[in-house]
Amino acid sequence: MSDIAQARTGAFVRRELVAASLPPLTERGLVGWAREHLVAGSFNITMTILSLLLIALVLPPLVRFLFVDAAWTGDREACVIANGACWPFVKAKFGQFIYGFYPIAERWRPNLVFALGALLLAPLLILPAPFKRLNAVIFFGIFPIVAFVLLTGGNFSLHQFIIGRIVPFAYFVGPAEFLGLSASFWLDYVISSAVIVSVVGAMTRLLGGNARAVARVAFLLSLLLGLVIAACDFDFGLVPVETSAWGGLLVTLVVAVTGIVVSLPLGILLALGRRSELPAVKAFSVIFIEFWRGVPLITVLFFATYMLPLFLPGGLTINGLLRALIGVALFAAAYMAEVVRGGLQAIPKGQYEGAAALGLSYWQTMGHVVLPQALTLVIPGIVNTFIGLFKDTTLVLIVAIFDLLGQLRAAFTDPNWATPTTLFTGFAFGAVVYFIFCFSMSRYSMFVERWLSAGKRQ
Amino acid sequence: MVVIAERAPRERSSLLTDPRVRSILIQAVLLVFVVGLGWYFVENARANLAAQRIATGFGFLNVTAGFGVSQALIPYSETSTYGRAFVVGLLNTLLVSGLGIVFATVFGFLLGIARLSKNWLIAKIAEVYVEVIRNLPLLFQIMFWYLAVLATLPTPRGSFSFFGLAFVNNRGLVVPEPVINEGSGTIGIAFLAGVVLAVIVRYWARWRQLRTGQIFPTGRTALTLILGLPLLVYLILGAPIRFELPELKGLNFATGIRILPEFLALLLALSTYTAGFIAEIVRAGILAVNKGQTEAAYSLGLPPGLTLRLVVVPQALRVIIPPLTSQYLNLTKNSSLAVAIGYPDFFALFAGTTLNQTGQAIEIIALTMAVYLAISLFTSALMNFYNRRVALVER
Repeated sequence: MSDIAQARTGAFVRRELVAASLPPLTERGLVGWAREHLVAGSFNITMTILSLLLIALVLPPLVRFLFVDAAWTGDREACVIANGACWPFVKAKFGQFIYGFYPIAERWRPNLVFALGALLLAPLLILPAPFKRLNAVIFFGIFPIVAFVLLTGGNFSLHQFIIGRIVPFAYFVGPAEFLGLSASFWLDYVISSAVIVSVVGAMTRLLGGNARAVARVAFLLSLLLGLVIAACDFDFGLVPVETSAWGGLLVTLVVAVTGIVVSLPLGILLALGRRSELPAVKAFSVIFIEFWRGVPLITVLFFATYMLPLFLPGGLTINGLLRALIGVALFAAAYMAEVVRGGLQAIPKGQYEGAAALGLSYWQTMGHVVLPQALTLVIPGIVNTFIGLFKDTTLVLIVAIFDLLGQLRAAFTDPNWATPTTLFTGFAFGAVVYFIFCFSMSRYSMFVERWLSAGKRQ
Repeated sequence: MVVIAERAPRERSSLLTDPRVRSILIQAVLLVFVVGLGWYFVENARANLAAQRIATGFGFLNVTAGFGVSQALIPYSETSTYGRAFVVGLLNTLLVSGLGIVFATVFGFLLGIARLSKNWLIAKIAEVYVEVIRNLPLLFQIMFWYLAVLATLPTPRGSFSFFGLAFVNNRGLVVPEPVINEGSGTIGIAFLAGVVLAVIVRYWARWRQLRTGQIFPTGRTALTLILGLPLLVYLILGAPIRFELPELKGLNFATGIRILPEFLALLLALSTYTAGFIAEIVRAGILAVNKGQTEAAYSLGLPPGLTLRLVVVPQALRVIIPPLTSQYLNLTKNSSLAVAIGYPDFFALFAGTTLNQTGQAIEIIALTMAVYLAISLFTSALMNFYNRRVALVER
């Protein structure tokens, strides 16, 4: 019918829409993009020219210094001639930058620790990977002890625990040792923990509590502590390496990882304490957190180095690295507490009320309901605190512990490598190492943030 | 029919399950632990100090220090006391932190705005800068500025000259020294008068705008008053303040004020580092302002500049100020890293040199921590006050 109509009148009716014509050339593609982002208006053009000038001023000399003019092989002479980065310097000092003065024959130990750490950390960071809980227990609980024994060599000869300070067990059993475990110490340990377990159990009974359960917990704790001490005391046949020989990236990582592992649980406890209804607990947490957050880290390190030894019994000396570690851990814990508190505050009241309605106790509420949600919320904040901690580890060089930056500075003074470019090469190398660690951490935190908010986006 | 539930026989409940008893018990344990630890520390410290024959107390503050200081804002010599060195160090810390805060804020705001620029190149450059600077340790950057940049500059003879007015070399920056003659007090009075007049003009302009709607160019007028008035007096009085230009005599500059390279390195590192963080805060603050606000301002006919100043920035400031405060505090605390390059700040002079000489570890470190705590608390109180003023008034 319509065909006939069309044929009769000769009219034309379009069946399809005309394809939209492209925007003008000046509005699309590279040209359009450039018109909008590079040359829109006189101010924009000026900015573009200034930026190009800046890039021209910085980039070519940098590339020339780092790659084109650089000396890649040879010795000091080659570097003096090259007039660019002195990479042989980095190559020659590489061991020192990574391990400090850790004995060369024993460097497989830090290497093994690095490898184990990476192997355990990777599945912890890959979000869909299974066995997260087990993985976390191994990484935060067992790995530090293994690393400690591997790096120091273990085999600490311990002499007395608690009762041994009063009763000289060594007098009865003599200096007998079995695979590095001294008989007198372990006799002391077993008797002391048995006494503690029974005292705790008896006191609970006196107050009318469940003595058996409490005693069981106390027994398990002392067993765990015993295992940890045994691992450190056991003679694995490793050559002991003093911490003063440690250095470079090894120390940087040891300080950072210890700070991270210790500060997270401590920070969670402090954050819970700050929101506690018990006035003494709350006051203690607030004062602790605000005090450490109000002072610079360097004063904390000085506190640990010069003041802490005065507070301990005369004969007791603490290892210099351990002192710094204590300072860094306490400092980081205060910052971590504030991050965790932010997460706790974001949990709606209904969650607490729901848990209370189910009859959950305080620790059950926190452990099963509140903390899992709160900690997930603040993962980016936690990672940012870790980045800050990682960067702050450089400060230990002020209290004479030579981390990566300390080793760099020491290497600059080596007359065998005194060239006009040594300094810049060293800084370039250090910058790359620090940047890789911090940048990957920050990217990871951004990734987790996006992943977590995926459900909230439309 | 009402069924009365049979009452369960009351169990003999433990004292430990009574929440009141529990809370008292937990707090008592904590208290005993803290007090015990404190007592243990104090007892040990007393015994250790007695064994080392170190006298306690703050008497050492009145003892002659006997060391020189490379930069002092108040008169100081080797015969001055440790107490004086304390003040000198504190002033140096305040100087470097104050200047650092000003530079970091200006640079950080510029960077933050640049990161949001429509110009792709500028935005990218700002992004790369922020990423690089934020992911390198501050101490690393201080060392870089000190060892790699400032120490490798030419000697005074080959100084870089800024139009013959200032010179920079490996011994620092030399700037013209003002020589103050008689009558210069009047210039100060003129300056104060200019400030007072500018404030009056501002109030008058606001009053007039509220009544008539006419806008008065307050900013330009205030600038003219504050700068112009002292300049006018200066010219009328026949230039009583002269600037003595730095002059090279022999191997070094004889005249002019020399600014230490340690100070420059610390100031540069602190301001460029903190600026990276401030840039991110500013960017987040501006992004937090709803796009509708900008669009509404445009539809009212406000040009982009005024929109930014009158609509976006005041709202963004509410988001910016709390984290900005903590950056200022960080900068002040970070200035203690001066000890690594030998700038005589409070920490280096007091916890460094004075501690080495006197050995009064407990007093000195406690006092050092107290000073930084006081600075922190004071700054956060000040910023909280400002924050309350710009905070949203909810009606």
